[in-house]
Amino acid sequence: MMIAQMQAILELRNVVKDFPSHRAVDDISLTLEAGRFYSLLGASGCGKTTTLRLIAGFEKPTSGEILLNGTRVNDVPPYRRNVSTVFQSYALFPHLTVEKNIAFGLEQRGERSFSGKVEQAIEMVRLSGKSKRLPAELSGGEKQRVALARSLVLEPSILLLDEPLAALDLKLRREMRAELKAMQQRTGITFLFVTHDQEEALAMSDEIAIMHRGKIEQTGTPREVYRKPATRFVAGFLGAMNWIGDAGVRPEALRIARNGSEYRSTARVEQSLFLGNAVHVLLKLESGESATAELTGAEADFRTGELVHVNWSSADEMRFPR
Amino acid sequence: MKQLRFWMLAPARVWMALFFAAPLLIVVAYSLLTRGDYGGVEQPTTLENFTRLFDPLYGAILLRSLVIAIVATAFCLLLGFPMALFISRSGRRKNLYLQLVTLPFWTSFLVRTYAWLFLLRDTGLINTLLIKAGIVSSPLPLLYNNGAVLLGLVYGYLPFMVLPLYATIERMEPALLEAAADLGARPFAALRRVTLPLALPGMFAGSVLVFIPCMGAYLTPDLLGGGKTVMAGNLIQNQFTTARDWPFGSAVSLMLMAINMLLLLPMMRRSEDVL
Repeated sequence: MMIAQMQAILELRNVVKDFPSHRAVDDISLTLEAGRFYSLLGASGCGKTTTLRLIAGFEKPTSGEILLNGTRVNDVPPYRRNVSTVFQSYALFPHLTVEKNIAFGLEQRGERSFSGKVEQAIEMVRLSGKSKRLPAELSGGEKQRVALARSLVLEPSILLLDEPLAALDLKLRREMRAELKAMQQRTGITFLFVTHDQEEALAMSDEIAIMHRGKIEQTGTPREVYRKPATRFVAGFLGAMNWIGDAGVRPEALRIARNGSEYRSTARVEQSLFLGNAVHVLLKLESGESATAELTGAEADFRTGELVHVNWSSADEMRFPR
Repeated sequence: MKQLRFWMLAPARVWMALFFAAPLLIVVAYSLLTRGDYGGVEQPTTLENFTRLFDPLYGAILLRSLVIAIVATAFCLLLGFPMALFISRSGRRKNLYLQLVTLPFWTSFLVRTYAWLFLLRDTGLINTLLIKAGIVSSPLPLLYNNGAVLLGLVYGYLPFMVLPLYATIERMEPALLEAAADLGARPFAALRRVTLPLALPGMFAGSVLVFIPCMGAYLTPDLLGGGKTVMAGNLIQNQFTTARDWPFGSAVSLMLMAINMLLLLPMMRRSEDVL
């Protein structure tokens, strides 16, 4: 019966990490299965990077257990853990060429004939022809890909990615998103991606864990956490949210009409922002609350100052215990 | 902007011209002249001062200077690298340790070298203690030999190795060592493959800063070598004082400069922006 179960590749059990001044990770439990793309999403300072560093072995948990492939690794140093990290700053060795950066881990393992593997890795990240360059001679995106190849060539149980796209410009970031996702699927290696960018997490992940103040607020597929947020924090953190009374309503769930017969509130149009594929109408409701409606399509033409009727269906209301 | 630059640099230019370029030219001129009977120089011009340098007597002195300077630099590297590494990993204590490294500069080099004299001589602290403890029966010859000179030089110039080394190690991104560990490198392998190669510019810079004053040292060999360990500096000093042979002293000085430049120019190029 146990054999048929999906193999848990990493398990965190009630992990706590205290620093002298504060508790960075507060009793989190998490199970990652092989071959999937996970994201750890949260604002800066929520403990997500510390969690990653605990898994990599750069920090030791104050209490709790970390299990890699079923073995407790709390006291195993990073150089003996079969996980690999892509650092936010890339942390490429500046004195080594692309090729030698990628070969570094294989050499440390004592492998003898690794030139084939290195070449393959260079090809995978499309850096053929740049293998003799030094990191300083590469663009940001290229450095990113070297860091990725350097880790992937070791075929780790888990690849940890610490905000790897944060230093890239928007266009490159979007390209790399698709590329990372494709690479995860091609290699079948479990990715754990740390980010503060909800769009990134939603776009790439099979599963997202949302962290807040050292705790995991919710885990689930992108659709689950977006549509059925478990807590008020998650609801507000993921995507935009209107708080009307004690209910949350997504902007795209709000409907506006000039004279609808059925409506929940009247509102004054404060501003209408044309975004190309959508229009954001900023409203002041009769209760005095502000709300944003996201409209798509031709009906979306409202002028500032106009009085409108606002409606939404009860199914779109999200309620949370205070 | 250009004008400002010119005037800001003017004092340094004047200073260097008056107190570096001009004296150097005088030394070059002296080295080509004949010695005067009571010091000073006289006509005619000659190359004899330079041919004399190839006399085995002087060759031995230059060679000894070279060997002692190289060994002293090597010891400074061996001692300085772990020190610099330790300081760079000392967190909030860094500044305290850096101040301790530079603390000896608060008193004069002469006084500090004399202090070694009192420590090392036959009736000095070390020998007195060793005899009282019954470890040795007669005083150990700690003074007036190559070892004493070497000790004095390493002691005196170690800070010049530690400081540039510290600067390069400190500049290293801490994530590089984490990356090395992450890729399977044990601490020692990370040190050898990452820290050491990245500290090379600092090693070159420190070596240049230690080697040059060691080559020209005269106070340390004079006091701790007691005239037995004659180095190039002592030879030069001697020519300008007792021997009253200014032209030959000038020639030795130029030779010393030439050796330094020949050995160190490639190193200075590799020390990047540390020097």
